[in-house]
Amino acid sequence: MSDLIKNIFRLAIFILVQVYVLNKIPHLHRFIIPYLYFVFILWLPFNTPRLSLLFIGFITGLTLDYFKLTPGLHTAACVLIAYIRPFIIGILISKEVTELTFHEPSPRGMGWTQYMIYAFILTLLHHTYLVLLEWLQFGSFLDFLIKVGSTTAVSMLLITTVELMFPRSLKYRTNTA
Amino acid sequence: MRNIFLFIRRYFVLLTFLVLQGIALWMFFRFNRFHRTVFLGVANELTGSINSQVDKVDDYFRLREENRRVHRMNDSLLNLLKTNYNFPDTGLQVVVDSLKFDTLKTEYRRYVYRDAKVVYNSVNFENNYLQLSRGANNGVRDNMAVINSDGAIVGVVINVSPNFSQVMGLLHTKSRVPAMMKTSLAAGTIRWDAADPRFLTLDGISKDVEINKGDSVLTSRYSYNYPPGFLIGTIAEVKVDQATGFYLLKVRSATDFTSIQQVFVVENLQREEQLQLNSDTENILNQDRR
Repeated sequence: MSDLIKNIFRLAIFILVQVYVLNKIPHLHRFIIPYLYFVFILWLPFNTPRLSLLFIGFITGLTLDYFKLTPGLHTAACVLIAYIRPFIIGILISKEVTELTFHEPSPRGMGWTQYMIYAFILTLLHHTYLVLLEWLQFGSFLDFLIKVGSTTAVSMLLITTVELMFPRSLKYRTNTA
Repeated sequence: MRNIFLFIRRYFVLLTFLVLQGIALWMFFRFNRFHRTVFLGVANELTGSINSQVDKVDDYFRLREENRRVHRMNDSLLNLLKTNYNFPDTGLQVVVDSLKFDTLKTEYRRYVYRDAKVVYNSVNFENNYLQLSRGANNGVRDNMAVINSDGAIVGVVINVSPNFSQVMGLLHTKSRVPAMMKTSLAAGTIRWDAADPRFLTLDGISKDVEINKGDSVLTSRYSYNYPPGFLIGTIAEVKVDQATGFYLLKVRSATDFTSIQQVFVVENLQREEQLQLNSDTENILNQDRR
């Protein structure tokens, strides 16, 4: 399956799961809001051009925003992590892995530690920016800190679960084909 | 000139990032103030059609609760029937003023109810919206009140597209509903502090009014959007703010926001007239001051 079609399916599934499953789970506590849809951006192939990354981030956020009726909120956060993503990858992973051996970020390709650090930094950035924008209009500073911490923790838990449940098959890039 | 082009080429990704951020933030802050944004009508139709498909499945899980509410509502209406009452004085004739019930003479009628189906709903966020399967084509317009199938207040319509409408529920940090106590008729305002979807906050009632746990809070008579006397909730906790002399009241919401299915959209037919009168009065006052 080509990358384009695969990622369109992925986006649809992530948005539907976020809107109809995670947003609809019974209210547990006001600090526990499960977010998973932005993992779509984390999973994009290494060789995605930086410019298209930005536009993909924009579209991802906007789609969720129209469902949740918060235009701009998730869009801003997604564009931010789409912009930061190449830098994090550049710092964490050697060129050999990104350009030659592996296709997209995954715990099996990058190793669990590195993948989790990569996911953690982007998750934290996404949530901090998201909660900051919400906090500008409502709430106290302590709420803001607790909310960033708790939502990040919940998201990391979800990411780990998803990676364990649906291990993506490794596609080694070879020069034979 | 060449340097500018070089600069743009060099920092093209950064510039695109800033432009996209700018667009996103502009949408965000604009929507928060006016509840309007680009493509909202089209997007509303699209999300609405997907939402109503998913909602068909979702309905089955809440049928029992919904049935109970509708039956209770029927019960309360049956009890209002004229045949339930015995009039011992045979000389007295019961005259029903048909003018008020004549749909052609709308000037006597104040509120019109339309049924609608909730197709999307959330309670987990600070600003929760509902989406209804009725829109401008069915006569739904902005600022109409929405009540649950058992007559409890749900929220107010803030945006409509041809076939769907968006509702700002009581569980929204910007929601303000004029309320009154059932017993003392003391007026206050209902809002939500974004903590727990079961509880709302009632402000603006001074502590010389007697309030007990369990008292009913109704919609106020002084509202353009909400019909008066509909239940918002019951008092769950009474505290007095010593600094201001006002109560800090916690209200248990009468609507269970996790299981809303069928609702009524309430139109105030005299709303325009009331607002017109209001602005006219303002104008007169302003003229006098000059």
